Amino acid sequence: MIERIVYNLIQVAVVVGFAPLVEGVTTRLKEILQSKRGPSIFQPYRDIWKLLHKDEIVSEHSSWIFRAAPYVAFAAPVFCALLIPVLTRYPLFFAFMGDMLGVGFVLALGGFFTTLAAVDTANPYGPMGASRTRMVGFLAEPAFIMVFLTISFVAGSTIPYIVQTRWVTPIANFFEPSHILLLIAFLMLILAEDGRIPVDSPSGQFELAMIDRSKSLEYSGRGAALLKWASAMKFFVLLVVFLNVVVTPWGLAQGKDLGEVLLAIPLVLFKMFCFVLALVCIESSLAKLRLFRITEFIGAAFVISVIAVITQLSQI
Amino acid sequence: MNSSSILFALDALTGALFLLTAIGVVATRQVLASLQLFILQSVLLTLSAVLLGFAQGSIHLFAVAAITIATKTLLIPWLLRHTVSAEVYRTREIERVLNIPSSLLIAAVLIVLAYVVANPLLGAVSVPFAQINLPLGIAAMFLGTFTIVVRREAVPQLLGLLAVENGVFFAGVAIVPSLPVIAELAAAVDVPVLALVIGMLTRRIHVRLGTTSVGQLASLRDC
Repeated sequence: MIERIVYNLIQVAVVVGFAPLVEGVTTRLKEILQSKRGPSIFQPYRDIWKLLHKDEIVSEHSSWIFRAAPYVAFAAPVFCALLIPVLTRYPLFFAFMGDMLGVGFVLALGGFFTTLAAVDTANPYGPMGASRTRMVGFLAEPAFIMVFLTISFVAGSTIPYIVQTRWVTPIANFFEPSHILLLIAFLMLILAEDGRIPVDSPSGQFELAMIDRSKSLEYSGRGAALLKWASAMKFFVLLVVFLNVVVTPWGLAQGKDLGEVLLAIPLVLFKMFCFVLALVCIESSLAKLRLFRITEFIGAAFVISVIAVITQLSQI
Repeated sequence: MNSSSILFALDALTGALFLLTAIGVVATRQVLASLQLFILQSVLLTLSAVLLGFAQGSIHLFAVAAITIATKTLLIPWLLRHTVSAEVYRTREIERVLNIPSSLLIAAVLIVLAYVVANPLLGAVSVPFAQINLPLGIAAMFLGTFTIVVRREAVPQLLGLLAVENGVFFAGVAIVPSLPVIAELAAAVDVPVLALVIGMLTRRIHVRLGTTSVGQLASLRDC
């Protein structure tokens, strides 16, 4: 009982603590692949530390939403970390509170508040980025629903702990066509949802072309630090859902030992490193799509998930 | 888990990826990319033939695999690259009848239709692999036909035609494991000649008109 609460808190600590590291590694790897040296992998920690010690300036024309949004955005991934299998294969103390759909809704709540906050300040770039984010969001939504429908249809459940076991028992399930197609579709959706390169450029500095990043332009000091941290954690949570639930539960702790749970941390981080390596290759080899081409990209993801459903239906 | 069910699973995976490449031929913008997708599709067809050959102990299917590799992944791409000028492959925006998202959605409907069409036929075939290969082969045929309809460039239209052919073979290897080699050889000679003729024709069109958007060539003109 007590240990399951403790493990759950360890899980949250891992998400909060290692999310900036994953972001730093991603940036560094991308720079290395493009024959540059790049910043240190600990740069996001330094950025957050620096921003936390700066003064915060809030526009006097903004409402409470602007002030609350960073906290909501920060809390959403932390809350998700309680529900999903970050380190263990068995459900922990708070896992009963929500399934994968719950995780999706909670993450969407954070996104919703940052969108509102971007509109709140009447900075011209904020609402533009916000409306674009919503456009990508509502295009990605049907594809997400199809993916989750397929996952729950195949596994007979939306609870991540049941789903992840389904893919590897027996191991031949891993090579099921519906599984492989789901992986492809989900990967494309992660690229779209996190503003990665074929959809949005995460390192772009040009306000008119930004989709995701322009929403936080108006923030300074603590708000900016929290939002930066929150976006890193959101990416981390999406990666955990992708790697630990949709791909495989490999490397997660099976036993109840503290040592085993702690051993899962480097294994999960290694899995993420492998994924980030693939992500960086994708990002470096593709060009950013024009805004109205995004529909094609997400449409392809949708059709792939539809094929996944069809192949699953025809198997039985 | 015995070996035949592993072969079955692998064949299913091959089939899913085969279908994905067929969709890619419908939806990609670059001419070169759709040619590469066609090559990948042919490789997957070969793979499926080899898997079925192992599962059923049929030497004919290995012959199919060898012929497919020789003609569709080597000979036809080589012919197409050399008869059609390189400029055509550099074109990026392919003029299309429908935009990409709607053609993708229609493609999804066609796949469902293929399953509906294949369902009554499945009762007539005793080979278990036909459950995978027959609907997917029919789906690839539909998607190939749809490619011909929806695209206006000559080379992608030809690739659609070849995708139809791939689909026929994909279904065929499962239904008729001992297809006479002579039929395969006939196809193996036929299809490259087709590719050659259309490639030459495209080259002439490109020289005369400066474009290969054959979709615009709708009316005759006497001169």
